[in-house]
Amino acid sequence: MNIYVLMKRTFDTEEKITISGGKINEDGAEFIINPYDEYAIEEAIQVRDANGGEVTVVSVGTEEAEKQLRTALAMGADKAVLINTEDDIEDGDQFTTAKILSEFLKDKDADLIIAGNVAIDGGSGQVGPRVAEILGISYVTTITKLDINGSSATVVRDVEGDSEVIETSLPLLVTAQQGLNEPRYPSLPGIMKAKKKPLDELELDDLDLDEDDVEAKTKTIEIYMPPKKEAGKVLEGELEDQVKELVKLLHTEAKVV
Amino acid sequence: MARKVLVLGEVRDGSLRNVSFEAVAAGKTASEGGEVVGVLIGDAVSTLASGMIHYGADRVVIVEDEKLKQYTPDGFSQALMAVIDSESPDALIFGHTALGKDLAPKIAAKLESGLISDVTSLEEAGGNLVFTRPIYSGKAFEKKIVTDGLLFATIRPNNIAPLEKDESRSGDVASVAAEIKDLRTIIKEVVRKASEGVDLSEAKVIIAGGRGVKSEEGFEPLKELASVLNGAVGASRGACDADYCDYSLQIGQTGKVVTPDLYIACGISGAIQHLAGMSNSKVIVAINKDPEANIFKVADYGIVGDLFEVVPLLTEEFKKLKVNA
Repeated sequence: MNIYVLMKRTFDTEEKITISGGKINEDGAEFIINPYDEYAIEEAIQVRDANGGEVTVVSVGTEEAEKQLRTALAMGADKAVLINTEDDIEDGDQFTTAKILSEFLKDKDADLIIAGNVAIDGGSGQVGPRVAEILGISYVTTITKLDINGSSATVVRDVEGDSEVIETSLPLLVTAQQGLNEPRYPSLPGIMKAKKKPLDELELDDLDLDEDDVEAKTKTIEIYMPPKKEAGKVLEGELEDQVKELVKLLHTEAKVV
Repeated sequence: MARKVLVLGEVRDGSLRNVSFEAVAAGKTASEGGEVVGVLIGDAVSTLASGMIHYGADRVVIVEDEKLKQYTPDGFSQALMAVIDSESPDALIFGHTALGKDLAPKIAAKLESGLISDVTSLEEAGGNLVFTRPIYSGKAFEKKIVTDGLLFATIRPNNIAPLEKDESRSGDVASVAAEIKDLRTIIKEVVRKASEGVDLSEAKVIIAGGRGVKSEEGFEPLKELASVLNGAVGASRGACDADYCDYSLQIGQTGKVVTPDLYIACGISGAIQHLAGMSNSKVIVAINKDPEANIFKVADYGIVGDLFEVVPLLTEEFKKLKVNA
């Protein structure tokens, strides 16, 4: 089975966010594989181990994403591809990324494409379904279970807490929700092996794309921090009195009940 | 610039979800005096059209087909594309719900348009419609504009206030024909887990429990408080990982992002990943034994104490308030 994973390098979830020069400050920040993409990589490896085939992890980004791609290889993916847009694209959006990925994927005959359902930085969750639509294949988002049987698939989709059991067929794109699996840590032998696995680097030229073909449809005009919350009021006194005061404050001061 | 805006209404259990009315309000802002056209898709939705008009839509277009009884990306995109072809809108607004998140990118790809997801406010500024949205799970915000093509956004529930309901408003309701065929995903079964009680993403009040809840039974007092306040129960990752509750309740960076009017955190320490999911709530109350717990830093009101003592007292006090009201 020919399996592709769409991966994004993101800020570590523990990182504090600061702004400098109108942009999110990346100096000294730790980067990781987007947590939802980790589920995608794990699922791809499990599907391959059960059905045979090959897992290729693809990322659109800069040279720095090589580190996260190596981690994916160390987890057990077979190949990695970095589509390096550093020299060509300054401000892409989801249209840009989806177009590049689809252009790369269109002649790959993928049976299964797995992505995270959302990246924790931009938080749009658009790229997976966009890629499926451009490739003309079906998709299921926010999945928590995937069973492949020949060319058909049974998928459980999380719908705001409810679960839908969906039947569909390959080729298919799915996006991973938490609960799909427990991503493995790379093992030491895995890390050693990963160094020898292929990590190809492409640029827009290699995909016969011009900057104009992928020019963003939207633009960020400002990034700002939410107003700092003032320290709240910690109540004092007998517990019963505190509770009475709290209810009164919520009712008369905050007016939320 | 006056625009024609299509607003997708969302139906759940035979009623319009609140986010539909919020989307109409957003559509009104985006229309700048143009027209707001509600769109309803389903197997029997025509009776709901007046709801969208009462909340500000000028008219409503419906697509009905028995194959649209349940949402599927293929079915709903075929229906919506038929409406887009017949209406040629300047803007599209959906809710940033499970349905909106799934469908909007597909439509954007079909139209080769931009899409601004998870918008919490929008306004006209400097000749542009400017959309504000949280990034990095609410640790920062960005303002975005559309530079090319149609305006397209999904709005986060509970952030844009609906317009006042006016039952005297009336408007045209028309059907658009669409051929719904070749659905590639078939829903075999729906397992209801979350929907006992109030929907977490639209709840005005959320009572959330963390590791301090200690067990599955420990959630009982939280559920009682939630039912008195007509709220929903949520949880931190810690509580979910410890198997005290289902992952469908999880609030945080992974899990749901919520912005209720009132968030009561019970026995939640306040890890940065949890704060990312709830820190934009209007009023936050923290109940925790540990006075140093991080959650007190984002709380508007705090009680240092045992949640198993505090929560039942709170429930009683709110009951009294309701009786007196």
